Amino acid sequence: MLLSLEPRGQASQPMIWLSPVLATVLTLLCGSLLFMALGQDPLVALHTLLIDPVSDLYGVSELLVKTTPILLCALGLAVAYRARLWNIGAEGQLLMGALASSAVAVNLLSLDSRWALVGVLLAGTLGGLLWAAVVAWLRTQFNANEILTSIMLNYVALNLLLYGVHGPLKDPAGFNFPESAMFSDATRLPLLFEEGRAHAGAWFALLALVAVWVLLQRSFLGFQVKVLGLDRRAAASVGFREKRLVWLVLVLSGGLAGLAGACEVTGPIGQLVPQVSPGYGYAAITVAFLGRLHPIGILLASLLMALLYLGGESAQMNLNLPQAITQLFQGLMLFFLLGSDVLILYRPRLNLRWARRRAVAEPVSAL
Amino acid sequence: MRKRPLRTMIATLAAAVGLASALTASAAPLKVGFVYVGPIGDHGWTYQHEQGRKALEAQMGDKVKTSYVENVAEGADAERVIRDMAKDKYDLVFTTSFGYMNPTVKVAKQFPKVIFEHATGYKQDKNLGTYLARTYEGRYVGGFLAAKMTKSKKIGYVASFPIPEVIRDINAIQLALNKYNPGTELKVVWVNSWFDPGKESDAANALIDQGADVIFQHTDSPAPIQTAERRGVYAIGYASDMAHFGPKAVLASIVNNWAPHYLQTAQAVIDGTWKPQDFWGGLADGTVELPISEVVPAPIKAEAEQLIAAIKSGGFKPFTGPIKDQAGVEKIPAGSSASQADLAGMNYYVEGLTAQLPQ
Amino acid sequence: MDIDLLSNVFYAMVRTGTPLLLVALGELVCEKSGVLNLGQEGMMLFGAVAGFIAAYSTGHLWLGVCVSMLAGVLLSSLFALVALAFNANQVATGLALTIVGVGLSTFVGAAWVGKPLTGFEPVALPWLSTLPVVGRMLFAQDLLVYLSFALFALVAWVVLRSRLGLVLQAVGENPDAASAMGLPVLRIRTLAVLFGGAMAGLSGAYLSLAYTPMWAENMSAGRGWIALALVVFASWQVGRLLLGAYLFGLMSIVHLVAQATGLSVPPNLLAMLPYVATILVLVLLSRDRVRTRLYAPLSLGQPWQPGH
Repeated sequence: MLLSLEPRGQASQPMIWLSPVLATVLTLLCGSLLFMALGQDPLVALHTLLIDPVSDLYGVSELLVKTTPILLCALGLAVAYRARLWNIGAEGQLLMGALASSAVAVNLLSLDSRWALVGVLLAGTLGGLLWAAVVAWLRTQFNANEILTSIMLNYVALNLLLYGVHGPLKDPAGFNFPESAMFSDATRLPLLFEEGRAHAGAWFALLALVAVWVLLQRSFLGFQVKVLGLDRRAAASVGFREKRLVWLVLVLSGGLAGLAGACEVTGPIGQLVPQVSPGYGYAAITVAFLGRLHPIGILLASLLMALLYLGGESAQMNLNLPQAITQLFQGLMLFFLLGSDVLILYRPRLNLRWARRRAVAEPVSAL
Repeated sequence: MRKRPLRTMIATLAAAVGLASALTASAAPLKVGFVYVGPIGDHGWTYQHEQGRKALEAQMGDKVKTSYVENVAEGADAERVIRDMAKDKYDLVFTTSFGYMNPTVKVAKQFPKVIFEHATGYKQDKNLGTYLARTYEGRYVGGFLAAKMTKSKKIGYVASFPIPEVIRDINAIQLALNKYNPGTELKVVWVNSWFDPGKESDAANALIDQGADVIFQHTDSPAPIQTAERRGVYAIGYASDMAHFGPKAVLASIVNNWAPHYLQTAQAVIDGTWKPQDFWGGLADGTVELPISEVVPAPIKAEAEQLIAAIKSGGFKPFTGPIKDQAGVEKIPAGSSASQADLAGMNYYVEGLTAQLPQ
Repeated sequence: MDIDLLSNVFYAMVRTGTPLLLVALGELVCEKSGVLNLGQEGMMLFGAVAGFIAAYSTGHLWLGVCVSMLAGVLLSSLFALVALAFNANQVATGLALTIVGVGLSTFVGAAWVGKPLTGFEPVALPWLSTLPVVGRMLFAQDLLVYLSFALFALVAWVVLRSRLGLVLQAVGENPDAASAMGLPVLRIRTLAVLFGGAMAGLSGAYLSLAYTPMWAENMSAGRGWIALALVVFASWQVGRLLLGAYLFGLMSIVHLVAQATGLSVPPNLLAMLPYVATILVLVLLSRDRVRTRLYAPLSLGQPWQPGH
């Protein structure tokens, strides 16, 4: 091949920062071509997609609202993925969190104390946690692969949610609509600012960010998790108890996803509805990998993901661009980000006859 | 400083332009926004709303400027999209799914100058109206057609979720069956989705396997119609005219035509005569259309047209008492017909349906 | 139990299971070579829309099938480029592929929504289709279902009995050793990915040309994810894949048939049947720890480059 990739000795530090920049430039170029082909002014289109949504304080608060659940889920998933435990069930764990917290909230409609909110949030976290515990149990007791069990449980969770919202949790004064009663003010998350919907869930996300960072980068437990992910047999031979770690990472990611679900119903939505999540759990998977399984990267990636969602709505409204276009743009951005990341570990080389090079020493895997 | 006079001049100019544009504001096109819960390519619920929007643009031309956002989930995203439209100085916003109710109510309170209309909801406000289609009128006539055309005395219904609208429609069919072909069974299968062509097809097949020879649907894709065509049974389409998916199968389609209401509402807003109301459009005002196909023999078709005329004139109401529920409890007394409140929150099956209502 | 009812249920089971089987077969081959491609939904939808457009425009269903397979190959080649040549993270690349595929299919298919098409009709094989219970289920299906049987047999033979299967397995279990033996690892993986793409495209064609002949946005409704789960369920064994696809299909049908016969179980609980059943069966099959641990290709999902 004329152009080949030669492994670098180690991860290139400048490229770690340059790669997203390169990806952004490529996406903007490609996106511009796409918009021009559709008869749109590329600058206007890109501005609508990327700048407009956050051009005022309200937009920024909406960005926070959209980012919070994705960030919470992705942080939990990052821990699980570090252990190479492929938890695909964040969506279901989020839904169970929403369901559990709603079940508590509708029974506390007349309560005025702020402790009600604490109870509701705890219930939600517990809901997601227990749902992930099922995955952990099936894995440790029966050796059932967690990819399958977590995907299947997503659908079971959705059906449980539908059952709840059509039945036991339905608002009796709601004309038989599948929605729960609106939660009382005491069980709603406090807003961060006077304007906008940004809510205290953002604090939880920030706390979770710090906690996960400490866990992964500074704690022995985190070290065990990482070793488990890199080499299971080595971990076993050094005495790290795999079963305990499996439970830990799954339960942690489930709890965070459940908290995300609880924040959604006590925050922006204010009740239990069938469509609590437009796919946050799945978006979180992409975000976890985009962020290279590192808390800071995940923060940036979830902000970007949320921005793309907001921009898509903006583009539909203001430019009459079909939603499919914004989806394409999202996908392209992801492809370029992933493609550019290769330059961190590999150096592109032109293979000309008079300059042969041999492969260098083994690179350290970034994941 | 030298720049000040220039600044004041520009400011004055801007003010003058602003004043001029305010005076000519009535000539500015009405900004109308549509929030869709599904994709316009679903050939069902959202597709029909989109047809209504297109009709609005076509018929009112320069007087309106419309836009839409599709696939807006009914959770936290809905409020943002609705509010963005209000902030963007839209004059009229249609939110086309019941799950948008509370977000619409909230935004309507914050933007009193914008008019909102929420489809299939039950909360109104000074600047918030609701609207829905009396599809049950169409279903009743469909039930009549089914009663006349069925040979197996088994009718199938591919249903989505047990919300009042769906329950109303099922009940309407059963009432027609009770009247025109007593002893006919209506079987309902819930597919738990508004749109999944494969599953809808499977459900239709399951019903046909059980002997149903007329298939109704309350889901968005034309899959049940296709399945009916393949299996050689009859079908009644929903939301859009599905005759071309089943030329030999389709007896009629219950079409949601939102154009009349959208045109009327937009014009009212332009004229300044808009008032909040709970608009229930049906056969009479063209919100519900019931094209009957050539598959139906002429005499039956004529009788159906008479029935439609009776409903249109108000002479006949499908939910006229006495109506008993499955347990035999009288819900609508003889001589009266169901009120809008009765219909809005309907949560029981009428006599004749053997299955349990999912609760 | 009524023989007719049983016959109808099994017939529907095969029909419902076929799109899952097709895409899962492709993904199985792909994963055997060590590559995890999560782009199923995108490839299926793109294949479905491409095949529909071709079939509708030309009137030839089989041309549509070929075009849909090409469409799947096209999208999967994008995946191969980024995940194999550029060695990016496979999970994220697959997810990006899904997003692109779904968006592309919606965009391309916008003008084709609501166009009716007469798709593949069932072709009953003489005498064989009159056998009780299995007759209708196996021998009164449409041509694409028969194709799925053939492809299943082909993939099973290749994976279990041919040299290609051994090579595939070697590449998936230990790419370093395979490379040292002189096998072109990246090329084999690329071919496996392309095969997966073709099968996903074919599955899409089944949806839009046979199962429910039409195009509507997102008509796969999540089947790509189920298929992914089924490959895991099958522990990467071809035989168990067939079991998984049809089990899932059967449970989906039972959910609907139970209601049609008048059973009064809340439909939401019935709807959980396929998913719970799959988990239960997986648990039963996975209890033997020693045997099951050996089945996931060891290098699955891990980036690899020559000279690594």
